[in-house]
Amino acid sequence: MSTIAAPAAPARRSLYTPYRMRIAKVTDEAPAVKTFRLEFVDPADAAAFDFKAGQFGEYSVYGEGESTFCIASPPTRKGYIECTFRQVGRVTSALADRDEGDIIGFRGPYGNIFPIEQWHGKNLLFIAGGIALPPMRCVIWNCLDLRDRYKDVTIVYGARTVADLVYKHELAEWDARPDVNLYTTVDPGGQTPDWKGRVGFVPTVVEQVGPSAADTIAIVCGPPIMIKLTLPVLTKLGFQPENIFTTLENRMKCGVGKCGRCNVGKLYVCKDGPVFTFAQLRDLPAEY
Amino acid sequence: MTEQRILSRQNLGPLFERLAADGRRILAPVRHGDRVGFERVTRPDEVALDYVQTRTSAKSAVFPPYEPLLQFALQGKDVQVAEPAPDAAPTVLFGVHPCDAASFATLEAVFTWDTPDLPFESKRANLTIIGLSCTQGDAYCFCTSVGGGPGDPRGSDILLTPIGATHFLAEILTERGQAVARLAGELLEPHRGNGKDAALAQIPPRFDARQLGAKLPALFNHPAAWQEQALRCLGCGACAFVCPTCSCFDITDERDRYHGVRLRCWDSCGLALFTLHASGHNPRTKQSERWRQRVMHKFAYQPERLGVLGCVGCGRCSRACPVDMNLAQHAQQLAETAV
Repeated sequence: MSTIAAPAAPARRSLYTPYRMRIAKVTDEAPAVKTFRLEFVDPADAAAFDFKAGQFGEYSVYGEGESTFCIASPPTRKGYIECTFRQVGRVTSALADRDEGDIIGFRGPYGNIFPIEQWHGKNLLFIAGGIALPPMRCVIWNCLDLRDRYKDVTIVYGARTVADLVYKHELAEWDARPDVNLYTTVDPGGQTPDWKGRVGFVPTVVEQVGPSAADTIAIVCGPPIMIKLTLPVLTKLGFQPENIFTTLENRMKCGVGKCGRCNVGKLYVCKDGPVFTFAQLRDLPAEY
Repeated sequence: MTEQRILSRQNLGPLFERLAADGRRILAPVRHGDRVGFERVTRPDEVALDYVQTRTSAKSAVFPPYEPLLQFALQGKDVQVAEPAPDAAPTVLFGVHPCDAASFATLEAVFTWDTPDLPFESKRANLTIIGLSCTQGDAYCFCTSVGGGPGDPRGSDILLTPIGATHFLAEILTERGQAVARLAGELLEPHRGNGKDAALAQIPPRFDARQLGAKLPALFNHPAAWQEQALRCLGCGACAFVCPTCSCFDITDERDRYHGVRLRCWDSCGLALFTLHASGHNPRTKQSERWRQRVMHKFAYQPERLGVLGCVGCGRCSRACPVDMNLAQHAQQLAETAV
């Protein structure tokens, strides 16, 4: 193990040096899924930081590694960011071991944004599956915090089982709001005796709900199979590919278009994405 | 405005001494048995200048196989984070062939576009390249197919071309080259008019990389263009390891109880784990898809996106391939495949 170099303060901070973040709050969302609320340790970092809906970052446990997640909280709520992750590998396991008060690293914000300012005056249709609600939650709250700028807001969210639904308190909050149409569903067999939502796969529920494509932007995020089966439903409902948005989650390391991992054709998911329309994806190799 | 001088081989010793006195270290080709590789040297008699190609490229000078990005001092859950001082001593890369000299433009394009990469930039800023024209090539060389050539000055700060057995023609090409020329002083003698071209190796062009790049997107789904070539590919990544322009990397942490380090390590799109998601989903599941990515990235994506070819025709990948895949041969086939 090499020794720590003499503290010659570098003139510029390396892009690989994370912000120090304090875990302000841990929420257990679902089995092996947690949400961290993170606050900047250095007030100067907090003051300089800004992001927009759709952007992501690299979250790290020092000595264990970095993992890529979207920022799951909306930019309309200042002073903190949130991330929601499932414990799967080395880094997410190390993250899951951290407690409130612990320090972790964050680099970002990286990537492009959902063009929500271009959506003013339109209906919004959010379709999410499983652990793919977090990237959408940022946009949902961003738009709900600016509710008068948008028309109807419809959310279709499904998971394998009732336990796997994330943000249960917020789902209840959205369900109670008169200005949000929420449809939750679980896969057949995933329901509990007291489950009040629907039972069925997300594409089927979208078809049953049958939202109008007129003046509507659809935002779809979920496992590849859900997206594959939902697109034909949206097409049938009259949605044009340029009005259907998604966010890709290719594997990343650097987050800034250098490490080469997230390439899809000539594009970098980390720079040109993660937000794409299906009109854009149609012209790309299906390497995502 | 290139200046031309003559450098006697006898003057290499004094030149090396003056570079060292100026605080510069020298990396140059050194022979070990049948292998030649770039190493730190102090004297010209350590240096092998009659080589065709080194086994690995010179890119380690600016992009080492692994390097620390951060260092951690760990005390329970308390952590101190430090950026290691980059290993960026003033360095002269001496005796690299024009293909390797040209590769630095590709690396620069990747590491400096949009967001500057300090670990790379600090090393690149302190690097002076004294190139060496090729008087011999082999069947693997294809620099002339990718816009280069055995006497191509691009990328070199000074380019040496052997003139007879005793002298080099020295073309001083850049400000960094001028700085070395000032150190060399009278060691660089006035040019006596010796021709350069007669000394150069003959490398016949096999395809046109720009035309190939323009055509490749149309070949993406071609049923025969990739499959057969990739059948033998073991996915070992040797091609990327020896490649002077391959710059894909991994970032990974290592630690013991009290110390940790965040490392950047070479990686390759040819390896099956490169794009694998934690969920088990993999955007490129087949080796043919990974081989296609390698070729497309070098000849189509990088030229279109960053304005640089991702290949300099050094031929190392084909020399290193354990199953004798040959990039130039495949590129030539692709160039001849009807869309």
